[in-house]
Amino acid sequence: MSAVPKKIKEIQFGLISPKEFRKMSVTRVITADTYDDDGFPIEMGLMDPKMGVIDPGLRCKTCGGRAGECPGHFGHVELIAPVVHVGFAKLIRKILRATCRDCGALLLDSNQKKQYLEQIRMLRKIGQPIEDITNEAFKEARKPKTCQYCGARQLDVKVEKPSTYVEKDGTHEHKLMASDIRSRFEKISNDDIEVMGMDPSKARPEWTIMTVLPVPPVTMRPSITLESGQRSEDDLTHKLVDIIRINQRFQENREAGAPQLIIEDLWELLQYHVTTFIDNAVSGVPPARHRSGRPLKTLSQRLKGKEGRFRGSLSGKRVNFSARTVISPDPNLSISEVGVPLSMAMELSIPVNVTKRNLEEVREFIKRGPDNHPGANYVIRDDNRRLKVTDKNCEELAETLELGWKVDRQLKNGDIILFNRQPSLHRMSIMAHEVKVLPHKTFRLNPAVCPPYNADFDGDEMNMHVLQTEEARAEAKMLIHVQENILSPRFGGPIIGGIHDHISGMYMLTKGDNRVDKNDFLEMLRKSRITEIVEPAGEEDGKPYWTGKNVFSQILPDGLNMTYKALLCENCDTCKKEDCNRDAYVTIRDGQLLSGTIDEKAVGAFKGLILDRIVKDYTPAVALQFIDDMTRLAIRSIMHFGFSFGINDEDIPDEASAQISELLEEAEMRVMDFIIAFNEENLEPLPGRTVAETLELRIMQELGKARDATGEIAGKYLGLDNTAVIMAVSGARGSMLNLTQMAGCVGQQAVRGERIRRGYAGRTLSNFNHGDLGAAAHGFVKSSYKKGLSPTEYFFHAIGGREGLVDTAVRTSQSGYLQRRLVNALQDLEVQYDGTVRDTRGMVVQFKYGEDGVDPMKSDYSRPQTIRRIIEDVIGKEVE
Amino acid sequence: MKNMKEFSLIGHNMVPQHILIPENEVNKVLKEYGVDKEQLPKIKLADPVIVEIGAEIGDVIKVIRNSPTAGEAVVYRLVIE
Ligand SMILES: [Mg+2]
Ligand SMILES: [Zn+2]
Ligand SMILES: [Zn+2]
Ligand SMILES: [Zn+2]
Repeated sequence: MSAVPKKIKEIQFGLISPKEFRKMSVTRVITADTYDDDGFPIEMGLMDPKMGVIDPGLRCKTCGGRAGECPGHFGHVELIAPVVHVGFAKLIRKILRATCRDCGALLLDSNQKKQYLEQIRMLRKIGQPIEDITNEAFKEARKPKTCQYCGARQLDVKVEKPSTYVEKDGTHEHKLMASDIRSRFEKISNDDIEVMGMDPSKARPEWTIMTVLPVPPVTMRPSITLESGQRSEDDLTHKLVDIIRINQRFQENREAGAPQLIIEDLWELLQYHVTTFIDNAVSGVPPARHRSGRPLKTLSQRLKGKEGRFRGSLSGKRVNFSARTVISPDPNLSISEVGVPLSMAMELSIPVNVTKRNLEEVREFIKRGPDNHPGANYVIRDDNRRLKVTDKNCEELAETLELGWKVDRQLKNGDIILFNRQPSLHRMSIMAHEVKVLPHKTFRLNPAVCPPYNADFDGDEMNMHVLQTEEARAEAKMLIHVQENILSPRFGGPIIGGIHDHISGMYMLTKGDNRVDKNDFLEMLRKSRITEIVEPAGEEDGKPYWTGKNVFSQILPDGLNMTYKALLCENCDTCKKEDCNRDAYVTIRDGQLLSGTIDEKAVGAFKGLILDRIVKDYTPAVALQFIDDMTRLAIRSIMHFGFSFGINDEDIPDEASAQISELLEEAEMRVMDFIIAFNEENLEPLPGRTVAETLELRIMQELGKARDATGEIAGKYLGLDNTAVIMAVSGARGSMLNLTQMAGCVGQQAVRGERIRRGYAGRTLSNFNHGDLGAAAHGFVKSSYKKGLSPTEYFFHAIGGREGLVDTAVRTSQSGYLQRRLVNALQDLEVQYDGTVRDTRGMVVQFKYGEDGVDPMKSDYSRPQTIRRIIEDVIGKEVE
Repeated sequence: MKNMKEFSLIGHNMVPQHILIPENEVNKVLKEYGVDKEQLPKIKLADPVIVEIGAEIGDVIKVIRNSPTAGEAVVYRLVIE
């Protein structure tokens, strides 16, 4: 057998008995005082050194450990009267109602008990939850009016606030004191406890009523010494002080024979303090407050919620050397760069070991001081003393700098850092970038890296982590640098690439044969790596000119050959290839664009074929250079041609509007025809459908067709020069459907794929006739967004729109949980050097990664066609 | 159930090829991957194909399935209870 890690077989939860509390306690706490006048902890006080130490220099009186070594030890307080533990208030109520007030028996007959017990034991054996059975047992045991065993009459138990129980006998009410409850619970037999779903050896019901209060170790409630020398105690200590004081007063009063009323008041006060010590946010109990009015943070507040121990301290922690701010775009940065605000760069640092080779360089940083970027913030001497570099001591520190020291140098241009945007759903959500220190307060990034982060600039914030070791920096540069992540392992294509204006820009530049003069040629390529002007394409009016395709060709790497159909190809029956009237047939020979238009399918994120080819045939560095050049060229080109969009761009001539209304009227007429046929029972049902369903389908189909037709009319009048059309056909943003809805007709609003039917009885809105089946009465929006919606249309549109919002909200939460489960199940699997996939125990999960050993990132869109492509490249023609 | 026709799973085109491999080959496989028998993926003794080929607990089965990308994908499985 191999060494397989041990498994936890089970976890036992139970209650601690007073006996155990006393056994685990190292001291009884009897006084509420903490320190004496000399500042030493008082014995049997709340800070008794037996419970651990926090002051450096002192030793724990229990284990002898110093502060930091001693984990702390529990003490205890003997409560004068028992109190209810709030956490069990509900359980206590259930048990009170299910047991006899006289003999404590569970109010079920022995047969029932036997049956429940059997079921519980069976479920326990197969590891199923037993709650259903015990809840039923509690419910049944509540019913009897008299005890089956001793005949005692049972009374209703009412609950007031969280932990006051009142017995009701007709109109007479009697409060149950915690001691009464406790003695009643003590009478419950072990067998009955098992039927209630508890294990009597691990949890007796009376242990839910506390007679002994454990005092947490000093180490978990350390006091802080303020600058004034005054001690400030932890919230828990404050609460314990209250408890002990009341406990003492209670005892004094009882011994003095105080009247019952006073005793009860004190008892309730003790209950209040113990309750708020455990949980200071119980409904019905006013939270205990600090002198300043701030509610105290007691035990359950330390654990619960986002900032609690589990979510705040264990699942996630704050880290040093990190920064977070709003992001904004800067197309002039490289995609591998990130603009870092100067103020951040001066705060964040990188430790540098001082060596012979960098001594002078590092000295220079120190000399500049902390306020003169790029300077240094700290110097760490070889005895590990950390000295802060200040304005005043920087000159002196620079002089005394020695080999072997370390210097915390400020972040400067070229440093490699990690950049991240939540939710980090895939590995490209964290990538390594190079720092570029910039003024102002936001992180700046090239819009082309937005897709992998799924970022936009509507207020998104991102995080930066500064790497602190050489190893980390080397690893980041080789594995998660932006250029290594242009391809996504999700689909084997580029995930970084042109978006929005990049695509519109390239499209306008390369479509048809735009001509640019020398000035424009230079202006467009100014920011790229191009340094030479190529031969002009020809002369016009005695001046040389270049085509847009020439300009784009400059940034393509030499030797690139490609042939494909662009996004705007209409898939004509017989392709006219190079002579395509839409210029959609792209041919690239030796890095020259000969025909076709550059659009989303060429350089876009997710789809960019040229990008894909360059990363896979050249190197990531070439691809990075290409994306940088392409995005800069695209931005210059879109500025050259000018590009704007407003709702007025969707104006269509009156004749077009007339055509559209006519078309919609005709469609409505046909809908009416269907309805008439339906009412006269002449409608032929579709196979497998009722007549009513057929009518709905027919109407939806007819209206859908009508909407698309309006879109075509609108599109025809808008023409290919319309900026919205350019964006839609080039794939930059929006679709023809968006255009249709703006200029033509918004169309049918639907809920769950059906026409809108909800609302009033038999009609959607009160201004329609009962049983109206027409288009307008069921959510068909005839108007366009440009024209504006009528009140009823507006209402239906809101209904349809709401569904979309709810859908996305539900989908994201569901897919988030799905993802979490997958990640938790798969996170420890690893591809080994021998190609197998194994877990941490060395168990083989796959003998070859993915059965074929293919890296999905390097596969061509995960299709097995790499070999074919290589053959095609070599022989120069298509193979089957 | 009585009237149901019995047929062999082996050779059905939805059932990949299962081969019971001899001891010496098992050792070769274990050595190749540097694993113990227990670290192999498992297959239940009650699995219909295992019932049909009559393998026993502790045997190692070679499963060969067709793969669109790799041609053939081979998996070794340890027969367990
Ligand atoms: Mg956003
Ligand atoms: Zn100790
Ligand atoms: Zn009784
Ligand atoms: Zn074409």
